Amino acid sequence: MTFNPTNLARALEIVAQYPRPKSAILPLAHLAQDQDGWLTPEAMREIAELVDVTPAEVLGTCSFYTMFKRTPCGTYVVSVCTNVTCLVLGGPEILEHLEDRYADDPDVHVEEVECLAACGNAPSMQVNYEFHEHLNPDLAAAIVDDYKSGELTARGVSGGRQ
Amino acid sequence: MSDATTTPVGETRFVTARLRERPDDSWTIEGALASGAYNAFRQALTMDAESIGKEQVAASGLRGRGGAGFPTATKWSFLPPDLAPRYLVANGDEGEPSTFKDRMLVERDPHQLVEGIAIAAYSIGCHQAFVYLRGEFALGYERLMQAIKDAHARGFLGQNIQGSGFDLEIAVHRGAGAYICGEETALLESLEGERGMPRIRPPFPAIAGLYAKPTVINNVETLSTLPHIVTMGGAKYAELGVNKSTGTRIFSLSGHVKRPGNYEVELGITFRDLIFSPELGGGTPSGRPVKFFIPGGASSQWLTGSDEHLDAPLDMDFVQQTFGVMLGSGAVMVYDDTVNPVLVAWRLAKFFAHESCGKCTPCREGAGWIEKVLYRISHGQGRPGDLDLLFSVGNSISPGVLNAPFTQTTICPLGPSAVSGVASLHKYFRDEVVEMCRRGPRTIPVSAEVTR
Repeated sequence: MTFNPTNLARALEIVAQYPRPKSAILPLAHLAQDQDGWLTPEAMREIAELVDVTPAEVLGTCSFYTMFKRTPCGTYVVSVCTNVTCLVLGGPEILEHLEDRYADDPDVHVEEVECLAACGNAPSMQVNYEFHEHLNPDLAAAIVDDYKSGELTARGVSGGRQ
Repeated sequence: MSDATTTPVGETRFVTARLRERPDDSWTIEGALASGAYNAFRQALTMDAESIGKEQVAASGLRGRGGAGFPTATKWSFLPPDLAPRYLVANGDEGEPSTFKDRMLVERDPHQLVEGIAIAAYSIGCHQAFVYLRGEFALGYERLMQAIKDAHARGFLGQNIQGSGFDLEIAVHRGAGAYICGEETALLESLEGERGMPRIRPPFPAIAGLYAKPTVINNVETLSTLPHIVTMGGAKYAELGVNKSTGTRIFSLSGHVKRPGNYEVELGITFRDLIFSPELGGGTPSGRPVKFFIPGGASSQWLTGSDEHLDAPLDMDFVQQTFGVMLGSGAVMVYDDTVNPVLVAWRLAKFFAHESCGKCTPCREGAGWIEKVLYRISHGQGRPGDLDLLFSVGNSISPGVLNAPFTQTTICPLGPSAVSGVASLHKYFRDEVVEMCRRGPRTIPVSAEVTR
């Protein structure tokens, strides 16, 4: 079994709120990813059983969505926006700085993402889906370091609270 | 070129009133109730359900705030009578680059959204509503879940609401990072646990939507406006705004402006008011002139800093008919004259190439082509025929793109959106692009040409 007892109970609640169980694939994948740190093949098999489809269908759905990490991605997913507002206000420089700085750090997964809907306070990034805005390269790195040292408490890698 | 507005224009707050007045607790049940939340729903429950849509919402002239601007009451009226179950879905998958109004509404006034959903559901006779919320909005998800829980506890959701005999449940469904799921039929696919790929219409969702049942999909801002329409009456609401663009809209202003942010303004003010008014955008931080701006989210074609464009009113039909642009999702991105428009067009093309779901060939292949060619032009590798090449690709996705209304060879509007940047470059910056291409990769050996 993949889901721990608490999450399994939550999973059953989630399935029950939809008229058809297959709808629960996305929320269950989020739940599994928050628990395990990535979306494991075992979790996808268990989700398939819970919603009564084949594991291939679960993989087929989940592989469409960029938030689902099907390989281990470290403890912190750092999503840096470089879309058209952040582009002209320094987003690419932040991305480059963080990519260099954490290139060999297995705990930190730095990724370039599309617009995060935080353009009013650009440039922006998310760490495990918590927003950080009005950034510059050094400030962004300091925030990631604060998560690593425990100064800031991170959400799960899918944005949930454990 | 523009300096300042003649008369300072400010905000007209309805949808954003609570979150501005109660910055510390607007999202809590206590804060929301203290500022009148659910009064409109209580009032609606005393009214004839159908009359809310057919009379109040129709009279208000409310049009969808998600992008297409379709009249809300008309959308509701497409539901076949007497078919149950029927579903209501709130579209909170805000992903249009530079749009950030729905995130604010969900994070900071979730009760207004719940109330709007409740009013809409009551009016169309739906007992199960869904909110499709963008996956990245973790805080919004927490606050909305709490709001639904609190609304349940106070008897605004659940069975026999306020003794009226009306039942309603709301489930929140998180997306997982796919822009295309903001398109209503792709959203339904995603809500059914599938890959988010748009469906061919007809049948339209009102006839066969979620689980092939009659379904209404409304944007978060559209639904959040409903309590105000019920409170003030549809006819009164229609007095705000201009022509068929009634009421207020939240514009997400970003880029080179002194005061970026969300501003709720009465429709009909001009782009110059929005960008330059000291109470709104406040002009460019550098004081440099506006070179161009994107008036309705990344999918729209662009406008320039010319007086003709800046003095255009925020009127959905006027800008569509006059300039072939749309107010879309209400995002206005402003760029001063230091910005290379080709670079912006490339980044947008990269976005659309990445977000193309892959279902239709012209978009899946074409968006990638446009991205590659714009990359090489914007990075100093342009070739003389590149602008024509871009155009030929664009025309395969969106025939007649320069002469709106254009057609599309794809199921959904994502394909034509990917061509908007190319069309805008062609219209306004042709000489600049040709010059960049002409300078070309002369010093670069053929083997090192960037094709990526």
